[in-house]
Amino acid sequence: MSTTTLAVLVPLLPFLGGVAGLLLGRTAPGFVRPLAILPTLATAVLAVLVAVRQGGGKAIDASTLLTPTGSVPIELSLHVDGFAALVAVLVGVVATCVQLYSTAYLREDPRYPSYAGLVSLFTSAMLLVVYTGDLMVLLVGWEVMGICSYFLVGHYWETEAARSASLKAFLVTKLGDVPFLIGLFALAADAGSFEITKVLGTVAAGGLDHPTLIALLLLAGVAGKSAQFPLHTWLPDAMAGPTPVSALIHAATMVAAGIYFIARLLPVFAASSAALVVMAVMAAVTMVGSGLAALAQDDIKRVLAYSTIGQLGYMTGALAVGDRGAAVFHLLSHGFFKALLFLGAGVIIHAAGTNSLAAMSRMDGLSKRIPDAFWTMTIALLALAAIPPFAGFFSKEAVLVAAEQTATGHSEFAPGSAGWVVLVAGVLTALLTAAYATRLWLMAFRGRGAAAPDHGKEPIAMTGVLWLLAIPTIGLGLAADSLADWFDGRALTPTLVTSVLGTGAAVVGVMLTYALWQRATAKAAAVAATASVANGVAAAAAVAATVAESAAEAPEVAEVTHDHPAAAAGPAADPGKVLLGPLHRHAAVGFHLDAVYARLFVRPVLAAASLVRFLDREVVDTYVRGAGAAPRLFGSLVRRAQTGNVQSYLSALFAGAVVLAIATAVLANINAGS
Amino acid sequence: MHLAYPAVLAALLFCTGLYGVLARRNAILVLMSVELMLNAVNLNLVAFDVWLRDTLHAGQALTLFTIAIAAAEIGIGLAIVLMVYRNRGTSDVDRLRDTAEGHEPTPNHRSEVTA
Repeated sequence: MSTTTLAVLVPLLPFLGGVAGLLLGRTAPGFVRPLAILPTLATAVLAVLVAVRQGGGKAIDASTLLTPTGSVPIELSLHVDGFAALVAVLVGVVATCVQLYSTAYLREDPRYPSYAGLVSLFTSAMLLVVYTGDLMVLLVGWEVMGICSYFLVGHYWETEAARSASLKAFLVTKLGDVPFLIGLFALAADAGSFEITKVLGTVAAGGLDHPTLIALLLLAGVAGKSAQFPLHTWLPDAMAGPTPVSALIHAATMVAAGIYFIARLLPVFAASSAALVVMAVMAAVTMVGSGLAALAQDDIKRVLAYSTIGQLGYMTGALAVGDRGAAVFHLLSHGFFKALLFLGAGVIIHAAGTNSLAAMSRMDGLSKRIPDAFWTMTIALLALAAIPPFAGFFSKEAVLVAAEQTATGHSEFAPGSAGWVVLVAGVLTALLTAAYATRLWLMAFRGRGAAAPDHGKEPIAMTGVLWLLAIPTIGLGLAADSLADWFDGRALTPTLVTSVLGTGAAVVGVMLTYALWQRATAKAAAVAATASVANGVAAAAAVAATVAESAAEAPEVAEVTHDHPAAAAGPAADPGKVLLGPLHRHAAVGFHLDAVYARLFVRPVLAAASLVRFLDREVVDTYVRGAGAAPRLFGSLVRRAQTGNVQSYLSALFAGAVVLAIATAVLANINAGS
Repeated sequence: MHLAYPAVLAALLFCTGLYGVLARRNAILVLMSVELMLNAVNLNLVAFDVWLRDTLHAGQALTLFTIAIAAAEIGIGLAIVLMVYRNRGTSDVDRLRDTAEGHEPTPNHRSEVTA
């Protein structure tokens, strides 16, 4: 088979698998699992094959005219360069891992067939976005992902949280998609084509008339999809979905799409230095803000969600300084270790029976119950904190190197101010990232208190996948040299200055958090001691009851109850609280951004809705009701005349006839007279 | 003979008939009043026929028609009145108010008796 055929099959297989899974889910439940796993697995293999054949060399282009539109044609085209090939491998591998993991994680879920079908559809849409060479077809994949995320986040639609989270995810991303669509049209109008290669050709020739406007419009869509400030608020709430979905959304699809889109069209954004500066500031605010918010979260999945937002900020920052190689490198390594983190978090939640870090910090020996998750999570958290020699270190360094080079004026188009903004925010975020990664690890695995409940051994489908994902998490960084050839050819290896800066910040973050944790633990132990003296057996019984209660809950159910941590058993040893100080209260609620949005947008909309309701019910309906009531009133008056007495009818008839006769006579006389 | 005499007589007859139709309570008398009105018309027709010296005597021919139809009408009318009387025990026009607005059809005891 030619490489083009293989590349076409890559998005097609999961699509067919997903559709078949959705159709056959009820009638043939036995086929659901094979239909979920096999096409995705085949796709991963094919994506690897395409990547090997493409080899980072010349881009593979193939296209067939989809429909003549009269003006700008829409083509079903394929554009596989080094970026596309590698991102497709990431998507394929992570999707396969997620599908395998889901077979165990959701094995008792009654809605597993539709879930698996939607995950396949989601994967296929992302692969379409990755491989397509036409902006309109890209938009199709983009929107299919939006609707799939809506369904998957709302998988547990019995709960209020999941319903509102899915709606929020959909609305917020759509809010970005409207300017995105307008931006695409503006771009196509300027370039005369939806095809990415032609668009880039036009940009290279300087044929773009409104580069800033187009770049900012497209950036709005990217901010929505890739959860950048100020449209990031949907991502932490999207944790209401099942954990494997979070892994898929956060690692390989959806949020990666926005970054990948800018990477594809970077020359368009680079044509406007204003757009690059906006992007840099957006990335900086996103990075630092999400780092602070992640430190204050109690729900393990929300910590990871904010960390995703922060890492996406790194990628956006790399793009803002014009280095798409570094951005996609970080996208790849982040994809692997974040998928690992989420799937590991799923195992932890399964074992601990709760989402709350505070509750986990009161459990002893959780790490011994789930050794696989413990070790792989440790690796992934080290990668997240950018400790060498794990993948995260190399990719984050690539970003910082790019920022540093731009800041010192070595970039051909990106303004130096963008470089400084990204560099400073990046180093600061490296510290914060290390701090919250350490906090998560300490609170989840170094808890003190009652022994963790024993749920038996975790299924091999769940733990095996973790080790599979641990391989690239450890090893991808070492491939930085060869990866550079797949991208634009810019070196991705770390330099001494940024290594010292980044790693130094990370080590400071780790040490600081560890020191604070030890102090907090000592304090909590003291408080617990006095409490146990005061309450005697009652406190211990309460702790035991809490643990037993949370253990009794099924993990799938426990997962969506993340808003009420077990606060019964005294203060938890939380280093984040001490580290953030007075900021903690604000950071825990995401710096009140949701409240601000509620005040700015939700309330006016609700007020407008009640106004419309009033106008409809009270004003418009009054006319409608009046139109009915008046004839009814007249009718009842007229009906009075219907007495049933024939003679009175006849009298009226006669009187009428007489009146008519007289009127005729009078009129005839008047007419004759005049 | 002057045309005024039959015309005035016809008008008087018609008015008498009209009064009877509108004011009498007995259905048979109402029918008789209708006959009066018809005959007033007949009188007019014949009078004007003579006065106009119509060669075809259309007035007279029409009068014959009217008489025939009046006979048929009175036959049916009397039959209806007879049936109403048998059913209801009365033939008073102002008591036959079944079509009045808001009138609930009441079970009729007389009809059972007569049937």
